[in-house]
This record gives sequence, C-alpha cells and structure tokens, in this order.
Amino acid sequence: MPSTIVTIELNGTDRELIARPSTTLLSALRETFGLMGAKRGCAQGGCGSCTVLLDGRPVVSCLIPVVTVDGSAVETIEGLADGERLDDVQQAFVDHFATQCGFCTPGMIMSATALLNRKPDPTRQDVTEAICGNVCRCTGYEPIITAVLAAAERRRGDPAVPTPTVPTPTVPTPTVPARPAPTEAEV
Amino acid sequence: MALRHGRGYAAVNYPTGMNLGGDPSQALVHATTMGGFVVTLSSVDLGQGLRTVVAQCAAETLGIPLENVIVDTADTDTGPHCMGTFASRGTHRVGNAVIVAAREARDVMLQVAADELEVDAEDLETDGTGFVRLKGSSEKKIHISEVALAAHFRQGRTISGRGIFLKEPSTPVPETGEMDPDSCQAHACTVAEVAVDDETGVVEVLRLYNAYEIGRALNPALATQQVEGGAWMGLSHALFESTEPYYPHSREHGPVDFTEYLMPGPADIPAQTSVFLERPAGNGPFGAKGIGEMTANAPIPAIANAVYDAVGVRLTSMPFTPEKVLRGLDELRAGRAG
Amino acid sequence: MARVTPIDTAYFKGERAGDFAVIGSAVPRSDARGHVTGRTVFFEDMTLPEMTHVKIHRSTRHHALIDRVDVSGALEVPGVLRVITHEDVPNNWYTVLRLIGVGPDDEPVLAEDRVLYRGEPIVAVVAETEEAAREGAARVAVGYTDLPAVLDVEEALADGAPIIKQAGTNHFVYEGHHCRRIRFGDVERGFAEADRIIEGRYSSSPIEHAPTEPTGCIVVPQGDGRLRIHTNTQAAFFTLDNTALILGVPPTSLRVVGGTVGGGFGGKVDVIVEPLACLAAMLTGRPAKYVFSRAEEMQVSSPRAAERISIKDGVMDDGRIVARKITLYVDAGAYSRHSPYGTTKAAAHMPGPYTIPNVHVDAYCVYTNRTPSSAMRGFGVTIGDFALESHMDHVARELNMDPLRLRLKNAYRDGDMKAHRKIASGTALVEVIQSAADLVGHDLPPEYRAMSSTERSEG
Ligand code: FES
Ligand code: FES
Repeated sequence: MPSTIVTIELNGTDRELIARPSTTLLSALRETFGLMGAKRGCAQGGCGSCTVLLDGRPVVSCLIPVVTVDGSAVETIEGLADGERLDDVQQAFVDHFATQCGFCTPGMIMSATALLNRKPDPTRQDVTEAICGNVCRCTGYEPIITAVLAAAERRRGDPAVPTPTVPTPTVPTPTVPARPAPTEAEV
Repeated sequence: MALRHGRGYAAVNYPTGMNLGGDPSQALVHATTMGGFVVTLSSVDLGQGLRTVVAQCAAETLGIPLENVIVDTADTDTGPHCMGTFASRGTHRVGNAVIVAAREARDVMLQVAADELEVDAEDLETDGTGFVRLKGSSEKKIHISEVALAAHFRQGRTISGRGIFLKEPSTPVPETGEMDPDSCQAHACTVAEVAVDDETGVVEVLRLYNAYEIGRALNPALATQQVEGGAWMGLSHALFESTEPYYPHSREHGPVDFTEYLMPGPADIPAQTSVFLERPAGNGPFGAKGIGEMTANAPIPAIANAVYDAVGVRLTSMPFTPEKVLRGLDELRAGRAG
Repeated sequence: MARVTPIDTAYFKGERAGDFAVIGSAVPRSDARGHVTGRTVFFEDMTLPEMTHVKIHRSTRHHALIDRVDVSGALEVPGVLRVITHEDVPNNWYTVLRLIGVGPDDEPVLAEDRVLYRGEPIVAVVAETEEAAREGAARVAVGYTDLPAVLDVEEALADGAPIIKQAGTNHFVYEGHHCRRIRFGDVERGFAEADRIIEGRYSSSPIEHAPTEPTGCIVVPQGDGRLRIHTNTQAAFFTLDNTALILGVPPTSLRVVGGTVGGGFGGKVDVIVEPLACLAAMLTGRPAKYVFSRAEEMQVSSPRAAERISIKDGVMDDGRIVARKITLYVDAGAYSRHSPYGTTKAAAHMPGPYTIPNVHVDAYCVYTNRTPSSAMRGFGVTIGDFALESHMDHVARELNMDPLRLRLKNAYRDGDMKAHRKIASGTALVEVIQSAADLVGHDLPPEYRAMSSTERSEG
C-alpha cells in the first residue's frame, strides 16, 4: 500500500506527515515530530504509557494507525504547559510526589487531563477509572490519585488552598524541620 | 458464604549493600566559576530519587543552598566508578562517597575564603544561605560565588573533592557460613487487614499498617514513595504475580502483556498507614540505611497470615490465587466432614 | 497535600538527634518537572538517521541440541542487513560477576551447539526497520534434537536426573559443597531439647520485574571510532566492562551513557542487550537499537527466582525457638547469572531477624531448563521472608500465642551473634513491632512494651 499524506492538528498547530499504513500515531509523534513525551512501554495497548488525547479522548497511540486520524486534533504532554508554567495537573504531580521513575507519568497525566476536561469535579472512583489503563510499577497509585484530585480542586479555582511543596506530616510526631544552621556531615 | 475478615502480622529486616560487600561507589565534587557545585557520578537513578537525595547530602556537607548543587551522573567518560543501583545500596554507598568528596571540597572552599577574608579557616563557618562567615561575626563574610571566583582567577586553586565508599569484601567460610554480609539492617513490621470471599476465594487487602526503621529519613517524601510503592509491589506479588501460572508443572500459558500479567490497579489498593523510626546506622550517610527493597517483603507474609486469620487456610505457595484459597477451604471442609 | 510518613521520634531519641539544614526535609524531586513535561530523556528518546534494529530468533525448545541453523530465509527479507550468530561474537560468554571473582561463565551470548531453555537467543537479525528485523528473525530456521528437560528444582537434584549442565552438576558448587551452608550451634541437639517440632514448606513462582520501560539500548558509532551506548542499565560500569570483555575490545573504546531509567527492580542488571547491539553497530557501521518487546520482557528476561523453602523449628512451650533448620532451593533456571550470589544472600539472611541458638541452613542454587532467573528487588530475601514470617505465624498458632509476642520474645538484639557469626548491632526489630502494635491498637503487656533492642531484659 502506498504512503499517504496525513494532516493532524498537533498541540494546536496543523502538521503534515507522509505515513505508511503501518505507521502508528505513537511512532509519528516520536519519530516524525520528535515529541518524545508519549512513551512506548509495550506497543500492545496494555500499559497506557503512550496515551495522548485524540479529539479530546484519551487513546493508546501505539495501536492507532496515523492514517486513520487524518484531520483530527492530537494533544500530547508537550502541549500542556504554558511556556515554563506547568498546568494544574502537572503541578499537582510535582507537589504530591506522584512521579518516581516518571515513565508512566506523561500517559497518566493525559488520562487525568481527559477526565478533568470532561468532569471537573471527579470522585475518587472517577479518577481510578480514568487511570485504570495506565500501569505504574513504582508508586502504588495512591500519590497519583491524590494528585489528580488536588489538580481538580485547583482547576475549580480554590486559590485559598495553596499547594504546599514542602508538606508537613499530619500524624503523631513531626519530622525534623528545616533549620537555617548547617553542621558538619557525619558518616 | 460470606466476606470474612482477618488480620495478619509480619516483621522483617533487610541488609544494606551487596551481600558480602566489595561494592564500591565513587563521587567527585567541584566548584564552577560562580559557585555552583557539580557532583559527578556514574550512578543510576531508577526512579527512587537518587539525584535528589545525593544533592541533599552534598548541600548539607558543603553547607550551601541546595539550588547550588548540580548532579551529573551516569556517563562513564566523566563519572567515576559506581557498582550500580541494586541491593539497597544507592543511597548508602553513593551518599557516603558524596559526603567524603564534599568534605574535601568544603575544606578547600573554607581555605580559599579564609585567604580572601584574611582569617583562619578554622574560624569560618557556612550559613547554608550561600555565605561563608567568621564565626560569631555578622560583618565578616563572603558569598560562595566570590569564593569560587577567587579560587579560579586569583588564587589558582580547584575547589574540589574525591570520595569513595567501600565495604571490605568478606568471604564466607565454606563449612560454617561464617561471613560479614551487610553494612547495616533496616527493619519493618506490617499488619495487613484482608477480606476473603469464601465463595469466590478472592482476597482483598483492605489496609496495610507499616512501621519502618530506616536509619535516617534523608528525604521523608522520597522515603514515603519507596515504602508505599514497595508495599504495593509486595501486595501485587502476594496476590497476583507469576510469569508461569502453572509453575513448576508446565511452562505454558505464561503472560506476555499487561492484560495477562496481573497487578493491582488503582482501584484495588489498600489504605496504607505508615510510620518511620530512625535508628541511625554508624556507617550510613547521616545514618541512613537502604530501604528500597525491604518495603515489598513484609506485606506478603502479613497478607498470608491475615488470610489464615480470616478463613483458617494456610497459604504456602505464592501467589495467593482464588483457586488456592478455595482448595484450602475445600480441604478444611473435607477435614471437618471426615 | 502530599502525604509524608511521620517519624516517631519517641524511639531511639538519643541516637537520632541531629542538626540538619536540608537532610530530613521533604525537598521536591529534582526530576519531577522533567517527568511531568515529558522532557526527561530516557534512552529510547532519540531519533537517529540510519538507525538499525536488532531482533532475536529464540529457541522453541526447553533443552535440545542444535543440528542446523539456516539464516538464508532471514537474509531474503527486504531491509535485513545482516545476521549475527555465535561465531560473530568474539568472546561468546557472559561474564556476569567475573570482575569480583564469582564464576563460572556458563552462559553463551548466542547459543552454540545446544539450547537450555525456551527463549534462549540463537541468532540476532539486524535490519533497517523493526518490522524487517522481526520478520527476519521469524524466518531463521533451526533444526533441533530434543534432550530430556528438567523443569523442577527437586527433580533436578534427584538421583538419575538428566544432567543439563556441562559443568557436570545441576547445582552450583560452593567450595566443594552442594549448597551454601550455615552451621551454628547443634541443630539436632536443639530439636532433642525442644518441647515440640513445628514444620512448614513454602514455595513461590517466578515473578517479572515489569518495569514500564522495557530493557534496551541504542548504540551510536562515534567519529573517533568509539561506541556510545545509551542504555537503561542499572549499573553503567558493570555494563561497560562486561560488554568490552564480550566484544574483546579495550574498555576505552566504549562509553556508557544512561542514569535515567523507567524502573528497574533488578531486571536491568544483567548485561544482555548491550553486547549484541554493539556488535550490530560494529558490523553495520550504523546506530543500532535493541529493545525487549513486552513479551520478551515477561517471558525471556530473567525473573525473580522461584524458591522452595522447608523450615523445621524446635520450639519450647513458652515460645522460645531453640533450633531452626532450613532447606532452600533457588530455581536459577538454565544459567547462573546472579543466582549463586543471591543464594548466598538467602543463606546469610537465615534464620530471619531472630536469635536462635542452633541453626542449620542448606541453600541450593539449582539449574533447570527454565528462563534464567536473576536479581530482583529483595533478591534472596523476599521469598525467604514470606516463608519465615508465614512460619512464625504458624508457630504462634500452634502454641496458641500472640504472634507479636512470639516475635518479640525471639527478636534479635544488639550484641547477639547471628547464625553467620556476625555480632548484631543497630537492631530495631523490637521497636518496629511495638510501633506497629501501636498503629493498630494491638495490646502488649508491660514486659513486652518494656523490651528494647539495646538490652535484653529476660533470658
Ligand atoms: S505503549 Fe501503548 S499501551 Fe503500552
Ligand atoms: S513512576 Fe515509574 S511507572 Fe509510574
């Protein structure tokens, strides 16, 4: 089968590429456009690390032939931040320590973004359903769920609740607080 | 037929560092012209946050703000040797090497500052905000960027340091197994609460309570990531994971993707409540012990023991599939009937 | 607000005092911003002109002689550039722990005259595209004569079992012994003195690391003739040194760049992908990429070893464990990798964090015709802890004793001699148990409350 010219609106800009029938949306993003945010964790549709938004819906881009999405809008992790200003979901993932190795993070954030676009006031169950196709082997998911719920709150505009970057523990006894005076290291 | 609840306990320890030692790591530290401090390593960050914790160790030792530390790692052309990231050794080995290197660099930094201020280096201290100052004086001080510039362009000195950590290798005595395997031991106790469906055999872990003794929580948020993620992995091992579901009878039907290799998803996770205890290790960086591996271990037997508590079935083979629970229940009933 | 685990400062108060500026602070991760923006660079995040791709033709048999390897079908596939067989590998043996003097080198990089497990690599195919490489690998034809396979650790050690290893035994030999031994006190006398004997047997299946990022590397030939290896190895110099030994090139001709890894958990310690990718780059003069497929990751890359562990305890009615005998089998699969090391670590960990006067451990590293196992988070300890702590619960039930009190009674303390004869220090098992009891409101009588790792109150 011959190659065809495909046009997509990629993070708000029209882009063209010449694609073979077997070219996936994931490889178009990574190899043609150099957008490396979407990851290839399995190429089988099983891990969610390649998740992007296709006309607003989260999809696993490794399973989608790019010729089938001609004329669609594609949003990737690279399109979320406003310059150096992180969007609310990204910021919440930073603040709530929702990343470890970070390989699942772009896909996770795109799934969460799709949810919050659709449902600004999600329940915990909404969140777990939205990210249930995204595998994370590091975090145990809890910090991710926390981050998504916090992002929803921020988006709804609750600036009265600033997100702490250096959180304080809530239970029995406090951890050693940061002190101004340093001391010699001891080994 | 009902949901039956149970509670189980497990307590473990875990060695820090490669078994028998002999696993060195090195670090180099040097100042740039304007007072950045580069920590050069060949160590690998698997996601546990080694870069962050190493920067903290360097900043603490140098007595400078964290923002002034740059960690450059995992290029074998530039970074000195590191054995690797495994065996709960990264923070312990690399942290120690960085502290040694940073101390050496700090000594030079103070010497350079002393010459600029025309005082004795022993009389100087760092204030953590970027100044080197005369002890007890608020006037006599110099910013580390000035110190670095002076070192480069006036005094012709390198503000730098080298560090290595090595636990001497031990060789086991073949007859008795006498050996010195570890640098220190971290500890954990887990309490698991489960609900077992005695009709389907499905085990649900409702809550995990964990007490971890980790030497020193160099960064409590990163340590929390390790323990929470690790406990999740333990739960996953306990209930789901096998590359050979019919081990050892057959190698067939092994999973080949994430839809077949099951792990608990975001809706299957228990509530976790944890607490840290700190008993600093004499040989650990600021007392820290290695905790990356230990955290997956205690939940597994705690869950098995909770299942026993719930339904009286002793699960002796991982993973604890519904089939094994049901077979155990059948045996119990058969035993009672017979 | 991020949940940060609290520190219970009531324990070890004196020892933990310290005055720190940034140590002990929950400073944000320096890599988080890269992770959430997609800017963090993992090894695969580069496109290179002229990149080639490596895929492997693997054994379909558990144990067989190789009669014939026909690569002509592969070479006919458009886009296939070359095939690599064992004859192309300068030193065709993995050298996992040679640098620290642990042998033997028992695993070929590419199979020579035989295969010892299903999935063993036989031929590497280098092609212009991944599809062509995959197709080429599928078109390699191998003729086999099957040999009897051993798939079970205890069967492997039974009399008359087919010997699958050319070294002559189906187990690793520890300085003349069949197993790594621990001998402490007199376990038989301990059993004789005990009020009762309580036994258990525990086992596990192989477990996959399942990092979200598959194991892999990209090798890029440099202008100066060196090779730059972008890899997600967990150990940069380990990879460099072993790759140089296999390729028979000076270590200075290689450069490893990495350090950012999408999860490892031990699965990225074995040096498997780099030597073949380097060879592909050397033979084609082009960049080469070798990444495990998810299926290879799950079925071919080394898992956590399956283990089988028997525990026999001599126990007094008051809960003191006076003797513990452990027989432990590690299923190393077809080749050693890190299993002889892990088995010693398993032995060193026994009899768990308890002070038991008579201990006898036999830890066997056993070869079978399964996927070679190797390091994984908790190497040598995770399954041991499952067995030990399940057994402690079993003992507590048999004695009708509170499981925490049983553990506290036997917990090791500072100054105790472990079974491997090192004096314990820095212990804290007593305190984590007390603390966990607090978390769930589990009542402990005052004498158990008063226990401490730093002193032994009762005998
Ligand atoms: S790479 Fe697309 S789902 Fe895994
Ligand atoms: S952070 Fe590593 S997979 Fe999610």
